[in-house]
Amino acid sequence: MAMIEIRHVSKWYGEFQVLSDCSTEVNQGDVVVVCGPSGSGKSTLIKCVNGLEPFQQGEVIVDNISVGDPKTRLPALRARIGMVFQNFELFPHMTVLDNLNLAQIKVLGRDLAAAQERSRALLKRVGLEAQAPKHPGQLSGGQQQRVAIARALAMDPIAMLFDEPTSALDPEMINEVLEVMVALANEGMTMMVVTHEMGFARQVADRVIFMDEGRIVEDATRDEFFGSPRSERAQQFLSKILRH
Amino acid sequence: MHYHWNWGIFFEMSPEGTGTYLETFVWGFGWTVATSLSAWIMALVLGCIVGVLRTTSSPWVVRIANGYVELFRNIPLIVQMFLWYFVLPELVPVGIGDWLKQLPDAAFYNAVIALGFFTSARVAEQVRAGIQSIPRGQRAAATALGLTGLQTYRYVLVPMALRIIVPPLTSEFMNVVKNSAVGLTIGLVELTGRARAMQEFSFQVFEAFTAATLAYVLITISIVLLMRWLERRVAIPGFIARAGAAH
Repeated sequence: MAMIEIRHVSKWYGEFQVLSDCSTEVNQGDVVVVCGPSGSGKSTLIKCVNGLEPFQQGEVIVDNISVGDPKTRLPALRARIGMVFQNFELFPHMTVLDNLNLAQIKVLGRDLAAAQERSRALLKRVGLEAQAPKHPGQLSGGQQQRVAIARALAMDPIAMLFDEPTSALDPEMINEVLEVMVALANEGMTMMVVTHEMGFARQVADRVIFMDEGRIVEDATRDEFFGSPRSERAQQFLSKILRH
Repeated sequence: MHYHWNWGIFFEMSPEGTGTYLETFVWGFGWTVATSLSAWIMALVLGCIVGVLRTTSSPWVVRIANGYVELFRNIPLIVQMFLWYFVLPELVPVGIGDWLKQLPDAAFYNAVIALGFFTSARVAEQVRAGIQSIPRGQRAAATALGLTGLQTYRYVLVPMALRIIVPPLTSEFMNVVKNSAVGLTIGLVELTGRARAMQEFSFQVFEAFTAATLAYVLITISIVLLMRWLERRVAIPGFIARAGAAH
């Protein structure tokens, strides 16, 4: 069953077209990696999935709800889709625990005790139980990103979106974040991940989407993609980032 | 210069018959503090609301809020006081106008309103700048969690923005106190008014304005200490203002 369906989506910033007729889908429990050169529209595409970026043409359907439909209550839909950002975007004035509690209480209407319990369980899961009373600024980048993943999971999402989750991290911190993501993938979470981490893609991706100049150039199973990408552009891209 | 210093003047009776000059200064001090604090609270509340409205995505709301700021920021404070005190009662129906004119402490209310609106425009400008200095990803993260626009402002953007603008707000708070002296032009007998009265009755101009100066310094130093304490109180452990996040 398709959890996320993207149908013929196009988007313009003024005259400039950032997305051109993009179509794909993500089935429940699947992990789809979106890669491509910078400026290819991959971040914009996943931001269309939870309506953070509006689009002018096409349709995005998440769990049978149309994101672009003006009648859709977007906050309610977004609360069910977790998102992790390149720059973590934890709220700096709140403790780690409060970062996890906030939306559970204000959006889901959980009481404080229930929210705390869920938050602590998730912090434990990402190995940061002891950091609960600290503020984000007191944590390393890798720790902050793990907290951000826990914050998204605290909403019990039906799918998770990752927008270059390791791009802002020092190399020695990338693995601790990827390990959390791999564990999540193995548990059957539906994930759409924009990343250049091809090791991650090889390990857990069901499909790989390659984008260039706002188009989906390649949409293939992992083995097809790494075995013999059909498009020349994807071959070039892979040879560049896999050489090192 | 032949000036006859007389610091004992403060213990002489003022010709107004309300007590010694010192007592009239204490009352003036009280009106200055009351006017400044009332206007400051009004300015903070209105300034936060208008500042937030200026960062929303609705062009019409932004335009109206911008108009508010330009209106109250571009007219000299003394003119605004005259407009509220002398002009407004003539523009409204006669009954209401008469009621306004006969209101006890009308000068106080008018000074607070004029000063409150004037300062709120300046606070709004700082709140807007504070919100816009927050990396855009913060709003996106709050939105992605399912928070509504109002909740995003209430729990994420405004608490951060207010922390960022504590230093300029301190100056604004001190400005309210100093600007409250303009109230004497509509008959508010605050500190400067009291100094002027003492000068006119006793000709001890240096003593009068030395006392007023010291009283203002006392208030403004208290504000500086209060705001420093507040700044430490709300400081975020480990937080260093991030430059605009790369994208």
